[in-house]
Amino acid sequence: MIAATEPVRILSKSPTDDGEGQFLEVSMGPQHPSTHGVFRMDVVLDGERIVKLKPVFGYLHRNHEKIAENETYLGSMPYTDRLDYFCSLTNNWAYALAVEKLAGIQVPERAEYIRIITAELTRFQNHAALIGFLTQDMGASGTPLMYAFRERETILDLFESLTGARMMCNYMRFGGCRVDLPAGWLDHAKQFAATLPRFLDEFERLLATNEILMARTQGVGVLSKEFAVNAGVTGPILRASGVNYDLRKVDKYGIYDRFAFKIPLGEHGDTYDRYMVRLLEMRESLNILNQALKDIPDGPIVDPKTKIRGFKPKPGEAYGRIEAPKGELGFYLISDGTPNPYRYRVRSSCMMNLTVLEELCIGRNVADVVVILGSIDIVMGEVDR
Amino acid sequence: MTLENIKSEMEANVPGCVLEIVGNPSPSGQHSLRIDPAHAVAIATFLRDAEHLRFDYCSNVTGIDWPGKEISEKVKAKKLVDGAEQEVEEIRKTQTIGHLEVVYHLYSMEKKHGPVILRMRTEDRAEGVHLPSLTHVWRSADFQEREIFDLYGVIFDGHPDLRRILMWDGFQDHPMRKDYVEPDDYEYEPTAHDQVLERARQHRTVMGAQ
Amino acid sequence: MDEHLKTELRKQGIVATTLQELYNWGRKNSLWPLNFGLACCAIEMIAASMARYDMARFGAEVFRPSPRQADLMIVAGTVTKKMAPQVVRLYNQMAEPKYVISMGACAISGGPFKQGYNVLKGIDRYIPVDVYIPGCPPRPEALIDALMTLQKLIDKQSLTGADRPRHLQAEAPSEFIVPRFGAHDLEPPQNPEVWDAPLVNISLAGTDDAGKH
Ligand code: SF4
Repeated sequence: MIAATEPVRILSKSPTDDGEGQFLEVSMGPQHPSTHGVFRMDVVLDGERIVKLKPVFGYLHRNHEKIAENETYLGSMPYTDRLDYFCSLTNNWAYALAVEKLAGIQVPERAEYIRIITAELTRFQNHAALIGFLTQDMGASGTPLMYAFRERETILDLFESLTGARMMCNYMRFGGCRVDLPAGWLDHAKQFAATLPRFLDEFERLLATNEILMARTQGVGVLSKEFAVNAGVTGPILRASGVNYDLRKVDKYGIYDRFAFKIPLGEHGDTYDRYMVRLLEMRESLNILNQALKDIPDGPIVDPKTKIRGFKPKPGEAYGRIEAPKGELGFYLISDGTPNPYRYRVRSSCMMNLTVLEELCIGRNVADVVVILGSIDIVMGEVDR
Repeated sequence: MTLENIKSEMEANVPGCVLEIVGNPSPSGQHSLRIDPAHAVAIATFLRDAEHLRFDYCSNVTGIDWPGKEISEKVKAKKLVDGAEQEVEEIRKTQTIGHLEVVYHLYSMEKKHGPVILRMRTEDRAEGVHLPSLTHVWRSADFQEREIFDLYGVIFDGHPDLRRILMWDGFQDHPMRKDYVEPDDYEYEPTAHDQVLERARQHRTVMGAQ
Repeated sequence: MDEHLKTELRKQGIVATTLQELYNWGRKNSLWPLNFGLACCAIEMIAASMARYDMARFGAEVFRPSPRQADLMIVAGTVTKKMAPQVVRLYNQMAEPKYVISMGACAISGGPFKQGYNVLKGIDRYIPVDVYIPGCPPRPEALIDALMTLQKLIDKQSLTGADRPRHLQAEAPSEFIVPRFGAHDLEPPQNPEVWDAPLVNISLAGTDDAGKH
């Protein structure tokens, strides 16, 4: 029994239909160049227009939650890398934060700074790559994505020299970070940060006023404020609809309250706003990054009192969340006093943002679906977990 | 605003509802509120719409499986021993039936406060137990409830589109339940260690291979 | 022909070659991969095709969205049971000659997610794999190395004889069973024509003798 054995099916509009004007059911995905991974949409079309769109997930359901229930707390840390595999460091942080809440662990100041530096670098490369993919979906094949990946590679070099891995960093620990910054890392990071404004200007000039980009994105996929809140959308998409909700300001987790930065907000909630909000957020990330690189103090990087081996939090539960590049990433942990969590739940930002896809696409053309989906910024590893 | 205040307010505004504060001994201090399924929708609507609460954002919906446990307790019983009545200690075993639980984490985007945590329980762990769906209050519960239906087998009454979401349609089990048994496909283990090695060994014994 | 003579001739501007060499040379230098990423490893695959690693140097940068136009399937990422039928179907739709690179621990054996109930324990249970790349994720250099390994494999193929490649044998299969979704698992859980569980002596696991039996 395989769902959608035929990729295209014709449905008549009504039983009495004379055969003219039929609906077409098309299955987009799971292998589709624009679906950003293994994601399927069951689309019903009236000519070019979308009548119905049902997202189908699960093609990358890797049972992260079930596996984590049989792992130690620390043993799940590398798995969190593989949730949103573009942003392993923010995933680490969200998980570490939840465990720190659960067990009441303090984080030393230097570690907080390192966390912020790596998180903002992660946000930067995520947004850059996303904009590259988005424009690629619109037909700007190559150039923007190449530019974005050029910067991304440099950021990955920084990650690699710090954590030993390009993508799967597995870097944060409960109560701090795994290793201290290697010698000269800060200077490298500072030098690199100094080149970023030029990249941002270039990146913005390349596209922001491009006629085709504006025609393809302005007024496309409008997400209203009320609906966005009710549907649990978070992150840049929510802010593009004009809701001022950024956990870095609301929860002030870590030491974000020490930094001066702004939250870019959109007005129309359309694809162009989502694109613009991300561009502006990259500038703000850079802003935070520069402040953190300047102020980072010396000191320990992990709370000496935390046990790494044989870590057993007392029974209880905690929900910890951070502002990941894609939205609110939360971990809900229940401990029963054993070395393994009793329940381990990932509140995935991508999945919640994806649920509004149908509402954004109805009434638009097929070609717009690709653009709208690109602007939502999904990573299937986190959607399906 | 404390959870006690919210609780008493809800009791005043939603007549007949049964609420219970569930303490959380961990340092996070996130206590939660157990609500009765019969009034869940009314409670949720009140939390969302009340002017000063405005919990307009349901962040996270979690399913939890609490299988039945065998509880053994020592009880003192009077018994006739050798004709005389004596007090003896007995171990009495009781089997609880267990339940499934759904947890909602609510925040307010308007007032920027939270979380308020709601919990609901099913009666037991039977196939196809029911709970009310809160999808009409918070649209964000839609896909998460579908996921709980898929992985735990809770049927949400009033859900607009309750289908499997992560597993395929013909799948029959609920894999996140604690008693789920995976299909045995451990015939070969290239990097055997720990539990995986254990599983591979079991497979060998079951299949009778050398 | 004698290799030495060939180089001597080439110095004189005369190229001597065989049909087989020409044929393999053409095939190995224009391997078009299928534009198809499954999980994290796919990001490294994209990175390999970008400016720094530049897979175009090996003639493999033309990612085709359609399996009909692709020669090479890079299974980059975790194959879940829900996705496995689609992967096999895509493979069946590719035209011969076709090759498979199994990229990353997940595609080889389930990798870190091996214990998952919805994770296929290696794509080689359903389709034949030519090159395996270990790693989680393998670096772009590793992918390039796998590509060069594949090129060497292609270079060694002879057009005639009993060991000629599969696409030149009329009776060899080029399509494989697409598994169906069952009530608890995929049916069948593996394709015995393609995959035979290697006999690993479990009791010796962890020692050097584990592979012997
Ligand atoms: S091998 Fe590792 S990096 Fe590759 S798909 Fe699997 S988990 Fe992701």
